[in-house]
Amino acid sequence: MPGPYKETDLTERVEAFLSDLKRGGSGTGPLRGSAETARETTALLRKITAQARWSSAGDLMEIIRKEGRRMTAAQPSETTVGNMVRRVLKIIREEYARSRGSSEEADQQESLHKLLTSGGLSEENFRHHFAPLKANVIEAINELLTELEGTTDNIAMQALEHIHSNEVIMTIGRSRTVEAFLKDAARKRKFHVIVAECAPFCQGHEMATSLSKAGIETTVIADAAIFAVMSRVNKVIIGTQTVLANGGLRAVNGTHTLALAAKHHSTPLIVCAPMFKLSPQFPNEEDTFHKFVSPHEVLPFTEGEILSKVNVHCPVFDYVPPELITLFISNIGGHAPSYIYRLMSELYHPEDHEL
Amino acid sequence: FLLISASLFSVTKQTEGKELTKEEKQRLRKEKKQQKKNKEKKDEKASQGSEKEKKSGSLAAAAPQPPAKSTTVKTPSAVPAPAPVSVPSSLEAPAPVDKPSKTKAELKAERRARQEAERASKPGKKGEPGQQAASGKQKAPPSELQPVIKRLPEHIQVDNPDVLKKLAKKLERQQIPLRLDYGYKVSLFSHLHQYSRKAPLTQQLSIPSTVIHPAVVRLGLQYSQGIVAGSNARSVALLHAFKQVIRDYITPPNEELSRDLVNKLKPYISFLNQCRPLSASMGNAIKYVKKEISNISSQCKEEEAKSKLLNCIEWYIKEKIILAAKAIAESSIEKINNEDVILVYGCSSLVNHILFEAFEKGRKFRVIVVDSRPRLEGREALRRLVQRGISCTYVLISAVSYILPEVSKVFLGAHALLANGYVMSRVGTSQIALVARAFNVPVLVCCETYKFCERVQTDSFVSNELDDPDDLMVTRNGKTQLESWQEVPSLGLLNLVYDVTPPDFVDLVITELGMIPCTSVPVVLRVKNVDQ
Repeated sequence: MPGPYKETDLTERVEAFLSDLKRGGSGTGPLRGSAETARETTALLRKITAQARWSSAGDLMEIIRKEGRRMTAAQPSETTVGNMVRRVLKIIREEYARSRGSSEEADQQESLHKLLTSGGLSEENFRHHFAPLKANVIEAINELLTELEGTTDNIAMQALEHIHSNEVIMTIGRSRTVEAFLKDAARKRKFHVIVAECAPFCQGHEMATSLSKAGIETTVIADAAIFAVMSRVNKVIIGTQTVLANGGLRAVNGTHTLALAAKHHSTPLIVCAPMFKLSPQFPNEEDTFHKFVSPHEVLPFTEGEILSKVNVHCPVFDYVPPELITLFISNIGGHAPSYIYRLMSELYHPEDHEL
Repeated sequence: FLLISASLFSVTKQTEGKELTKEEKQRLRKEKKQQKKNKEKKDEKASQGSEKEKKSGSLAAAAPQPPAKSTTVKTPSAVPAPAPVSVPSSLEAPAPVDKPSKTKAELKAERRARQEAERASKPGKKGEPGQQAASGKQKAPPSELQPVIKRLPEHIQVDNPDVLKKLAKKLERQQIPLRLDYGYKVSLFSHLHQYSRKAPLTQQLSIPSTVIHPAVVRLGLQYSQGIVAGSNARSVALLHAFKQVIRDYITPPNEELSRDLVNKLKPYISFLNQCRPLSASMGNAIKYVKKEISNISSQCKEEEAKSKLLNCIEWYIKEKIILAAKAIAESSIEKINNEDVILVYGCSSLVNHILFEAFEKGRKFRVIVVDSRPRLEGREALRRLVQRGISCTYVLISAVSYILPEVSKVFLGAHALLANGYVMSRVGTSQIALVARAFNVPVLVCCETYKFCERVQTDSFVSNELDDPDDLMVTRNGKTQLESWQEVPSLGLLNLVYDVTPPDFVDLVITELGMIPCTSVPVVLRVKNVDQ
């Protein structure tokens, strides 16, 4: 019987993914990029759609929401997982609406009217069974996967619009998106890159070696020298872990200092962030915003006696408010931070903000 | 040159008339020779073409040096290469040997005239022209708004081959080895030295080195390896080494102590400069010592003179460093309240002293120590604070915007305070001040007045120190990413030591003279100069 066999296979896949998430986020396992996480999540969701037993869109959404909650609980700081779940939910809603025949735009215009008059959940509408729904949803998820695969290239293609020759560009830590961005521009233009090493993980070193191998003039500086060299920098280009709903960033620690220094010298701050990093979270969620790793990175155990008498913090992320950001470059083009809320409403349905 | 001589002429009195007329005659002779030289220069310029003339013109305009001194800089370069970089050298004809001595004599005459003027205005003061020449290495302290004859320090002119050649010759004369630069230098900093810690200067010294006192050799090694670090520590160590030198000093026959001792100190200072560029506080201390030495009258017996000098140095350390720290601690305690959370950066001996005193007086506060790679000096401060029983938190500088919302005050130490109000301190200080300002946390800088400096600087590039670039390498999980950075041609490592903080980030400067805003530094300098 293919049914139960498929189910156990599916649960196995999900469990494997969850344990991978838990391990990968601690900082000791191989650090996977957000793009990989996004792709794997979407592939897994496609598998769930294909193999799980469901009869109507509502059932499917319930299953996906349940799995999504489990996945986000495994690693709360990895927001791409939640983002992909919300994207898939939106896809399901859209496909359902299309199958039913009603256009999306009418829904959007009447949404305020609906809020005031009906007040009832629109979920009861999802009980209809449509035979081609499964195929449509899977096709849409495949489109999403193709979009995910092309994000880095799409962003890198825009590089020449933003970098002129003999520029001095500053970046911090290691971002694969920014690396591809700069390497693409380096094929046609000559410029200098200054990389802040971003202690204690010092991922900036990897970034610098990789950029210099591509022939770009690179300099590695310590974090403490960011403000000192900022006066000679023309642009700051950074990557981020998450783009928050207000246009702010949750980025690697040290980015806030970098953004403040750039603001002081009126240097533009450009964030290269693909659309799957956009998250409907706001920064005032005290418990979930910061993530800490072992203080051994900051004060090693070899320091001995003083360890028991001091508090040591090793936060991983920094909040950067949207006022310090000049431009977001995503796979669909460039946007100002004030436009992020609009993109959010196109990507996710408001009811899915809370999984 | 003419303007200077004219101003001096007006100050002197009738009694010096005879000598002045002699000076006048000497000057007239030199003026004629200068005119001849100028004619020669013009001929050369015409032959070399207009391009280089334009370049030389702009160079002459840029260098704030009167023609007399500029010739002494340019003449040693005997390379007649027409390369556009060494344009100044191509200006002169292959210099005749008697030129330097003539200009030296000119300078001596000038100085003697100035001495006599000062003698006339201040009876009882004795000075020799030789000592004034010795202090010419540091910038000449301006007195009564005279045109300042500034000579740029050598350690920020590494990209000028003439200056390097001159330095090499000077070191050869003094029998001190020249330290070679190491590694690929970032282009923005090609005018600074970059040394490797693994190749200390002492390895190049011959074993029976009679030129340099062993205490000074040891001190130089301690500086270059970072064993003695921090501006107070370095100055005190320097003064102790000088005391040892003075104790062991014996005046050679037919020499005056006041002149010879200063000449003995010159190679030591060059050596220490090669080991690690001198700090502003060390520069001020050296100026003071040289002044005291030159003020020794020739009637003084050797033993008496030596004990007098030792007392002077003791007084300097006691007054300017130890008592100043006490005074600063007393006034800072008013700024520390109970339940305060104080942020400190790196290891500043003065800030640590303040915190210890406040803790002794019973204030309840906790400290957050911020540290940065690659020096990690904050760990030393952390150890000292924890030993005293102060509760501490420790973070790296990248986490400073996470921890700042908890902080009520920031205390920073300084390496030097510049005349335009900028604070020169360990790299990262300006960053902390920037983020503190963004969070509206007050920033207090603590600095003794002997670290005040007449230089002005607006960015951290022109005058800085480059540390060993290999320090930036780190081994994580068994892998060192930057291990082979030397082999990759387009990769450079930058390890800055100092940076400057603009005065708008600093709320208050606490000195032993009181609490002043950053912009009052030139006022304090002026008051100090008038006192001395």
